[in-house]
Amino acid sequence: MYDLIVIGGGPAGLAAACAAWEGGLRSILIVERDQELGGILNQCIHNGFGLHYFKEELTGPEYAGRFIRMLSDTGVEVRLDTMVLEVTADRQVHMVGKTTGYRVEQARSIVLAMGCRERTRGAIGIPGTRPAGVFTAGAAQRYVNMEGWMPGNRVVILGSGDIGLIMARRMTLEGAKVLACVEVMPYSGGLNRNIVQCLHDYDIPLYLSHTVTDIRGKDRVEQVVVSQVDERRNPIPGTEMVFDCDTLLLSVGLIPENELTRQAGVEMDRRTNGAVVYENMETSIPGVFACGNVCHVHDLVDFVTAESQRAGAAAARYVAQNGDAPQRVLQVRNGDGVTYTVPQRIRPDRVEKRCDLFFRVNRICGDSEILVTSGDTQIARFKREHLAPGEMENITLPRVLLDKARDEITVSIREVEQA
Amino acid sequence: MKELICIVCPKGCHLHVDEANDYKVTGNGCPRGAEYGRIELTHPTRVVTSTVRCAGGRYPRCPVKTDQPVPKEQIFEVMRALDQMELTAPVQVGQVVLSDVCRTGANVVATRSI
Ligand SMILES: Cc1cc2nc3c(=O)[nH]c(=O)nc-3n(C[C@H](O)[C@H](O)[C@H](O)COP(=O)(O)OP(=O)(O)OC[C@H]3O[C@@H](n4cnc5c(N)ncnc54)[C@H](O)[C@@H]3O)c2cc1C
Ligand code: SF4
Repeated sequence: MYDLIVIGGGPAGLAAACAAWEGGLRSILIVERDQELGGILNQCIHNGFGLHYFKEELTGPEYAGRFIRMLSDTGVEVRLDTMVLEVTADRQVHMVGKTTGYRVEQARSIVLAMGCRERTRGAIGIPGTRPAGVFTAGAAQRYVNMEGWMPGNRVVILGSGDIGLIMARRMTLEGAKVLACVEVMPYSGGLNRNIVQCLHDYDIPLYLSHTVTDIRGKDRVEQVVVSQVDERRNPIPGTEMVFDCDTLLLSVGLIPENELTRQAGVEMDRRTNGAVVYENMETSIPGVFACGNVCHVHDLVDFVTAESQRAGAAAARYVAQNGDAPQRVLQVRNGDGVTYTVPQRIRPDRVEKRCDLFFRVNRICGDSEILVTSGDTQIARFKREHLAPGEMENITLPRVLLDKARDEITVSIREVEQA
Repeated sequence: MKELICIVCPKGCHLHVDEANDYKVTGNGCPRGAEYGRIELTHPTRVVTSTVRCAGGRYPRCPVKTDQPVPKEQIFEVMRALDQMELTAPVQVGQVVLSDVCRTGANVVATRSI
């Protein structure tokens, strides 16, 4: 019997395990299916990690390395090359390992930290043939940065999320010609800094409101057809551009990897594609927590760390207190302009001093106010100069304000009228 | 007056740099943005991150970075220098694998232990 089993050894799992250790748990197991800890960070060799948490700019492997070192100072047990196959509601974890075979372990608490995977071409259905040379951007990143081989020489990238932008620069540096980055939305899904330092720096054109409408080639990609789209994202005939290329990289979004979560019977949120969580990252099953990209897709690993530390600390508290009686619950609702919030539920009695709330907006906004209301009462207001769907926002609500709320709170955006 | 997006941190502040007025920067959320704005318009620099060949490890590449930003126009020269190299495990994170790369004054350091 373990006090805590953490599923996934990426930054989320590492931070949760360390925090639970600090919180006093002494029998903790991390199960990781890969041959090493660190998760997706091992292939993110660019810098831009840790500005919030370490106050310096680190590369992915450096950021992961620091947490792996912290973990090695604890007595947390790690099982690598071991895949979790099933988690049950009574907290049994079924796993199969390369050397250990099939095992079932019982846990007093569980942290789900499985991260996310990339949407593939099938999921968005591009017409055309099915030649070699179509990769997800993350798979290409792994080939180039870890395995050491180049997926192709003339590249078109579909999707302008951060992974696509980072790979545009990476392929260029390694000698490939990146012909275009194509984005179906009228704005990029990536951070502005990545548009500047990955596309502008290398004169790579970004086509907004465009998409790939055909892939041509017999054995290998030979051409990709790109068309402009209308407001409903339908291709406009007559706007086709043909690119001669041998590679198409897809950066069309990430999906939290929640098969285990669903199977366990955890209540899910359609909007985040992750579990519905309370203020301490606990799911609808007591003692089962979720954090990091498995809960909602993050752009910044620093926030993954912060959220996962909360989950780990909460798991430690849960085990120490053996669970306790249900309390007053506030539902967090998405008001105008808000796509989702995490957490989706808050138990004010469990909030110590303040509660962090993450959310995404559904459009680009200039000068705006973030309003938090309960019924007809406004309980908090925050100002922002700029909001974008590609950038996760967060606000901090003090406990005293939450105590004023009744049954639900609503988060909404109001753009300030320009005079 | 030039408009720039600061790339120093993920906030991405919209900077206004006044070239006529000693590169005075406005719109920056913090002092690092002022420095970035001035440097970007006078002699732009970037940190280069890449990988080099590495024998004896689990994977055939070792990730590296320049420990300081290098002039933007020398990025491809730095990449060519990295392409000439081959490391042998063990490598320690932070270890200098190439000093004063292309006379930029920057060292290339390993970003993970192998
Ligand atoms: C390409 C890319 C570029 C990024 N760039 C930046 C950046 O510049 N700056 C920044 O701050 N952030 C960046 N991020 C975001 C940040 O890296 C992620 O948000 C963070 O790594 C998520 O951590 P995680 O632990 O939730 O997931 P992951 O790192 O994906 O870890 C999940 C782990 O769980 C394991 N796992 C999954 N299922 C099982 C199972 N059934 N059994 C056992 N193990 C399992 C996986 O093998 C993996 O190791 C980037 C992300 C990506 C993908
Ligand atoms: S000015 Fe400061 S806060 Fe704004 S993007 Fe640059 S570094 Fe970040």
